[in-house]
Amino acid sequence: MKLLRYALLLLAALSFIYPFVWMISASLSSEQGIGSLTLLPVGLTISNYTTVFERIPLGRAFLNSLFVALVTTGLVLVLGAMVGYALARLRFRGRDLIFYLIIFTMTLPFQITLIPNYITMVKLGWVDTYFALIVPFVMNSLAVLLFRQAFASLPQALIDAARIDGCGELRIIFQILLPNIVPTVLTITILTFMGLWNEALWPLIVIRDESTMTMPQMVTLFSVGGRADAQLGVKIAAAVMLALPILVVYLFFQKHFIRSMASSGLKD
Amino acid sequence: MKKQIPYWLVSPYLLYFAVFVAFPVAFSVVLTFHSWNIISPMKFVGLDNYQRLFSDRLFWQAIYNTLRFLLVHIPLQIVVALALAEFLNQKIRGQAFFRGAFFLPVIVSGVVVTILWQQLLGFNAGILNRGLTALSLPRVAWLEEPGIAMYAIALMATWKNVGLYVILFLVGLQTVPVQYYEAADMEGATAWQKFRYITLPMINPTIFMVVVLSTIGGFSLFIEPYIMTEGGPLNSTLSAVMYIYKQAFQYYHMGYSATLGFFFALLILGVVAIQKRYVEQEN
Repeated sequence: MKLLRYALLLLAALSFIYPFVWMISASLSSEQGIGSLTLLPVGLTISNYTTVFERIPLGRAFLNSLFVALVTTGLVLVLGAMVGYALARLRFRGRDLIFYLIIFTMTLPFQITLIPNYITMVKLGWVDTYFALIVPFVMNSLAVLLFRQAFASLPQALIDAARIDGCGELRIIFQILLPNIVPTVLTITILTFMGLWNEALWPLIVIRDESTMTMPQMVTLFSVGGRADAQLGVKIAAAVMLALPILVVYLFFQKHFIRSMASSGLKD
Repeated sequence: MKKQIPYWLVSPYLLYFAVFVAFPVAFSVVLTFHSWNIISPMKFVGLDNYQRLFSDRLFWQAIYNTLRFLLVHIPLQIVVALALAEFLNQKIRGQAFFRGAFFLPVIVSGVVVTILWQQLLGFNAGILNRGLTALSLPRVAWLEEPGIAMYAIALMATWKNVGLYVILFLVGLQTVPVQYYEAADMEGATAWQKFRYITLPMINPTIFMVVVLSTIGGFSLFIEPYIMTEGGPLNSTLSAVMYIYKQAFQYYHMGYSATLGFFFALLILGVVAIQKRYVEQEN
């Protein structure tokens, strides 16, 4: 019975791992070798990768993705902490109202705001700019709620002592309190960064110019637009390059990724 | 402490809410009564967009496709995730390894997963069909057959998301008090009885959550069919968001596209509310 359980778990684990191993090995195989199901590349070559870089500016897209994800994550942390702190530790009129606005925002299906938000970008002249990729994501309701929860759990003495020392509210938030809620900061960082790194729909809508495209968009257009010339290896190589950075980070922070995603699921 | 400070701190949220939530919701209602291609001035058309929506064959096709997706995706997701979570919720070596493996597709972009599965589902060289051939079963035209393609995408979506639900079910399973099982053991209950009468009722909230998240996911489906089949064959994988996207950015029907978005959003909220109601009655 126990053996059977291990066998089934192992089989399941393989069905999740093997496709990725195959993908990497196929990307390093010659076009004729891709059909095989072996673990190692057949007819080892890096020509698929050189071809991708010849046909699309994927290096540029990588830097765009990195820039957008880093800047946005930074802003989500700063702004989320400010709002979360005010909701958790300060008393003011309208506080409950703001809390309800956040809940409302979280339950609102994005299908309703998609087209009007695109029109806003057009009217602001932000189409084909980084602003369109960054600004609509700098405030995140889930991040605010997670910060609110974390700040609420800290002792009041910490804040009182800082006030006696003459600290302003911003210094209290970022210098005194934030170091005490590192796990929350990590969770929000992971969720935001991962979400932005993988986002494909919004960039497809607001970016037409190749030099501003992020990786998921460029790989998508490469894959459906016929520029891969129906060459499997080239298509797969592009997908590997999109997946690799996040997979590498995942290998180091596996536990944090799982915990962060679980906490976001449980929130809904 | 100065009185304005809290308002300074929350002002970014209020600004964001005004620009990216309140305005678009209000504006989308306005758009549903207009015909507009962004360039020429907006034209008031009354209820035309709504009328058109109800007689739009593709709109109903998108809803029908989403329902077919959910019909396979939800049960499969619950059964597989629950089974794997049950297996993991024992004294098992390599817990971290198994969780880590199940979670791999969750963190990767849907773009990657779709390109990968396009190969796995290939008619001639795909792994699934090779497996079928090895078992001397006939090959399946996973992505070429209108009656099958959406189910193939549902299968892929399950593979992508199930790791997350394994973790959520594990959290749920660990809240069940051990004493319940011990008491059941003393009464001589079978493993199935324990599962049916103790585990299942206790993890009902988690099941509900999976149903709600999958429903929202089904209505949000976009990049997977966009890459995999471009909505085909014969619009059998055209999704709600894909149809909104098409109307807006292929035909520049902003008013009609906003009407679709508005309607799909109401539909999602309605379905989730019904699901919630049902669960509350059950308990």
